[in-house]
Amino acid sequence: MSAHDDDHAHGAELSETQLRVRALETILTEKGYVDPAALDRIVEAYETRIGPHIGARVVARAWVDAGFKRQLMENAAEAIIAAGLADRVGDHLIAVENTERTHNMVVCTLCSCYPWDVLGLPPTWYKAAPYRSRAVIDPRGVLADFGVTLPDDTEIRVWDSTAETRFIVVPMQPSGTDGWSEAQLATLVTRDCMVGTGLPTPDAKAQR
Amino acid sequence: MNGIHDMGGMHGFGPVVPEPNEPPFHSTWEGRSLALNRAMGFAGVWNIDRSRAGIEELPPHVYLAMSYYERWAMRLQKLLLECGLVDESEIKAGHALRPGKPNVRKLSPADVDASLIRGSYARQAAAPARFAIGDRVRTRNIHPQTHTRLPRYARGHVGVVESVRGCHVFPDTSAIDGRENPQWLYAVVFEGRELWDPDADPKLRISIEAFEPYLDAA
Repeated sequence: MSAHDDDHAHGAELSETQLRVRALETILTEKGYVDPAALDRIVEAYETRIGPHIGARVVARAWVDAGFKRQLMENAAEAIIAAGLADRVGDHLIAVENTERTHNMVVCTLCSCYPWDVLGLPPTWYKAAPYRSRAVIDPRGVLADFGVTLPDDTEIRVWDSTAETRFIVVPMQPSGTDGWSEAQLATLVTRDCMVGTGLPTPDAKAQR
Repeated sequence: MNGIHDMGGMHGFGPVVPEPNEPPFHSTWEGRSLALNRAMGFAGVWNIDRSRAGIEELPPHVYLAMSYYERWAMRLQKLLLECGLVDESEIKAGHALRPGKPNVRKLSPADVDASLIRGSYARQAAAPARFAIGDRVRTRNIHPQTHTRLPRYARGHVGVVESVRGCHVFPDTSAIDGRENPQWLYAVVFEGRELWDPDADPKLRISIEAFEPYLDAA
């Protein structure tokens, strides 16, 4: 459970939204539409099992295995399942690769479309107005908010997730990591690297 | 609809503020809001497109004042009322006052894991794709009052078809009456200077995923 559990943190006072959510759960359970144990299981899945560690393993594998990388770029869901990197991955997942020439960045300007199966829940900033509004018109400014600066001649390619296709960025393997094991490499691949707002660095472990 | 949700290119929202080590949920109710929405999405009464439209229809001042999972809770309540699964008196009472409707698929704990994985939106095509990779296309300048996935910033602009994704459920009709009405889907890429102004970053390119009815040959 989250450290910010505000059901208890702020005494007995519940916000209007907390009351609304609680009432909806009560009503839907009483009407027989939902099973609270299923709700528990959904929350637990996103708190403990489905997260960016899955995507990080995928990227690390792509770095060390050129054959896998080819398959990943061809059909990401199939490649990930075939390689045993995840039990299930939804359709229409597309891997896009950063190169010396091109840096990829993913956004959903209309809502919050995100590759949940391999990255888990989108972070708050991904779903919020500043990122959604600026990613398409000022991506370099957005990158600066993340402390990332790219050379002026690097093309920035923004992918607006306006359909059921989902995108995961495969960043470039950082220099100085040749010979690292796949597991070591995976520790460098943060969520932001796979959205395109971060770059993997050998000291990235402490960051998200 | 030309709603507040369609934010691409807007100014004034300030910097992006990443939160280090952000937890999946900031409080218990957020997880419950997400889970309730997922469970009722599974129920088969409404589809993903109607569900997105439910959020987009929140008035702009309400939308902007709410956090993400607050919007989800509001959307759930709205769809439950619209679809007649719950009525106002029950919302007011905070309890069920009548038995539930039949034929609402109940998500069991055993089915949760499979339900969290996105299904396929690819469908059989009724006609060949009108466009091919490399074709120049112009997005239509449409302003439907209903759900659409063509963002405002990308309307009426010339881009190039970069990829043909296949034939997919068409959100614009699916959101209204559930008609899948499958349409070809393309990745269309635009130069930053085409979408914005001549001074825009010459090294910026933006792509959208565009359904065929959004496009004309250019």
